[in-house]
Amino acid sequence: MGKKTLMTGNEAIAEAAVQAGCKYFFGYPITPQSEIPEYLSRRLPEVGGCFLQAESEIASIYMVFGAAGTGTRVMTSSSSPGISLMQEGISYIAAAELPCVIVNMMRGGPGLGGIQPSQSDYFQATKGGGHGDYHVLVLAPSTVQEAADLMMKAFDLADKYRNPVMILGDGCLGQMIEPVEFRRRSSTNRPAKDWTITGAKGRPQNVVKSLYLKPEVLEQHNLGLQRKYQRMIKNETRVETYLTEDAEIVIVAFGMVARIAKTAIKILREKGIKTGLVRPITLFPFPYQTLEKVAEKVDKLLVVEMNLGQMIEDVKLGVCGKAEVYFYGRVGGMIPSYDEIAAEVEKIVKGRR
Amino acid sequence: MIALKTLPKEEKRRKGMIVINEELCKGCALCVSVCPFHLIQIADHISSKGYYPAKFVDSEGKCTGCTLCAIMCPDVAIEVYR
Amino acid sequence: MKKIFERPKSMYPVSTHYCPGCGHGIAHRLIAEVIDELGIIEKTVAVAPVGCSVLLYNYINCDMYEAAHGRAPAIATGCKRVHPELVVFTYQGDGDLASIGTAEIIHAAARGEKITTIFINNAIYGMTGGQMAPTTLIGQKTTTSPFGRTSEEAGYPLKVSEILATLDGAAYVARVAVNDPKNVIRAKKAIKKAFETQMKGLGFSLVEVLSQCPTPWKMSPSEAVKWVKEEMMPCYPLGEFKCPKEKG
Repeated sequence: MGKKTLMTGNEAIAEAAVQAGCKYFFGYPITPQSEIPEYLSRRLPEVGGCFLQAESEIASIYMVFGAAGTGTRVMTSSSSPGISLMQEGISYIAAAELPCVIVNMMRGGPGLGGIQPSQSDYFQATKGGGHGDYHVLVLAPSTVQEAADLMMKAFDLADKYRNPVMILGDGCLGQMIEPVEFRRRSSTNRPAKDWTITGAKGRPQNVVKSLYLKPEVLEQHNLGLQRKYQRMIKNETRVETYLTEDAEIVIVAFGMVARIAKTAIKILREKGIKTGLVRPITLFPFPYQTLEKVAEKVDKLLVVEMNLGQMIEDVKLGVCGKAEVYFYGRVGGMIPSYDEIAAEVEKIVKGRR
Repeated sequence: MIALKTLPKEEKRRKGMIVINEELCKGCALCVSVCPFHLIQIADHISSKGYYPAKFVDSEGKCTGCTLCAIMCPDVAIEVYR
Repeated sequence: MKKIFERPKSMYPVSTHYCPGCGHGIAHRLIAEVIDELGIIEKTVAVAPVGCSVLLYNYINCDMYEAAHGRAPAIATGCKRVHPELVVFTYQGDGDLASIGTAEIIHAAARGEKITTIFINNAIYGMTGGQMAPTTLIGQKTTTSPFGRTSEEAGYPLKVSEILATLDGAAYVARVAVNDPKNVIRAKKAIKKAFETQMKGLGFSLVEVLSQCPTPWKMSPSEAVKWVKEEMMPCYPLGEFKCPKEKG
């Protein structure tokens, strides 16, 4: 597009997919992301693609499996409870090494929960969710522009690694309206795909599967997946550090919360409390090394999440005991304000926690 | 090894003939029950796969090549000649 | 004399892992014969289920997906929407289609998805050792209905062909059996008609195949084919429940 348009996060994510050459969407309505299927139901026919509202999230993820098996760019989107339904399918997709993009606009949980934003699917996204030793590459945008950029990047990464890639947003990001420009061009260097289901003309049969009954074979398959994840860790870890060089305390937050934290940092610095921010952008692979380095100079970190303590475990792993790690969280759809976050930092710095 | 029956000199007068592949036959005997002339029996020996395979016994050349046995065989173990 | 009956080319020349007398072997061969006759092996895509036939890709030589239990129609939909020119079929058992996968098969049929489903009904869960299926007959003993299925405890068998025939999107629905040569020949005709229905773009097609299952039924193959006729057919009558209306 090359020009700025005002769009909601949901619309921007949907348009970014189309800009990245994704022509297939299979999904199911669920608040707060129904605007993504709605937008694509109008937009995909314009680009000769196919939008199909499936009968459930379970059917959706397997339609994605089917389309991904042909090698085409395909996506689905849902929110927390729907993503729970997709977990088996995600495990199958990761096992069969198929590329696809899955968008989770998180809402309050557990169970039916609420429709307001949360970050309580961090564990589900990064520590499995489905069964078996697999990982999904997880990207956490914090602005509508970043959501569009990461969405386009996600398709490239999915193709590069033959792996599902997840965009982990939240209900607030999906609904808020900001200017967005579709500037990132998707990579034209798409890896050759000789494994795809296209009809076995002039070649042997291709089988998209995940069953390996011989344990020694399944072990090798798993080790192969792990080598892939190691490459992801080496090449794709993304993190933003903000004003950490002179910080006496560093906030660690992702997505929406990191944005709010930046305003808190402004307030704190005006009060003379030198605060910084580490914002993981890839949640898997997680920037453990960045946190280790930060912990060498800073002895207090405050992890702020819209959950009751999930990313904090990875922060503690990265910090490896070299700094004190505090937590502040809001749940149920409550969004922490910059005042609350600033107050927590002040309490810690003044030794009142 | 395919259990090829050595063709008797009366081969030219036979209308039909079947060849049962012992490597594929599991001795289910469905072919035995569908042959209209009862030309298939279960053999006394055990095949290399551990089954008692079916065998074609047609000394009088009664087989018409109707293919009912092959149609019924779940293991595609029977080829039919006519 | 010339060879008038041999293995279809779309079947790998291997021994199968199925029990002696199992209906899968016949069904696989009929599908392969139809694929050969229609000349479509290079554009056929199959979706294998979870069940005894999970290893379908070892037997039929076409591009294939291995589906999660029950989800084959969804996977087939994903593939067919990207490549409508391919001939896509699912091959499913009664656990796959009539238990966990009821939503997927009903909606694929309701959408008139241009795929074909071959549904193997053996009134039991074979691969997992003989448990009750939604298609198990009243009075039938299985490992999870050891005293015989009763309607009070476990309801009534699901008649999939009749159910799907009520859907407008289902263009061809037929029930056949492979328990004797006459039925095998009719089964092949139905399977061919189902594939042709897809290729003409007329909508969703399904062939339900009543299949003998000697080991879990605890019968010999001969007893099993008899049981299909005497016990299964009264509950699951053979016939075409829906025929395609040619496009005007």
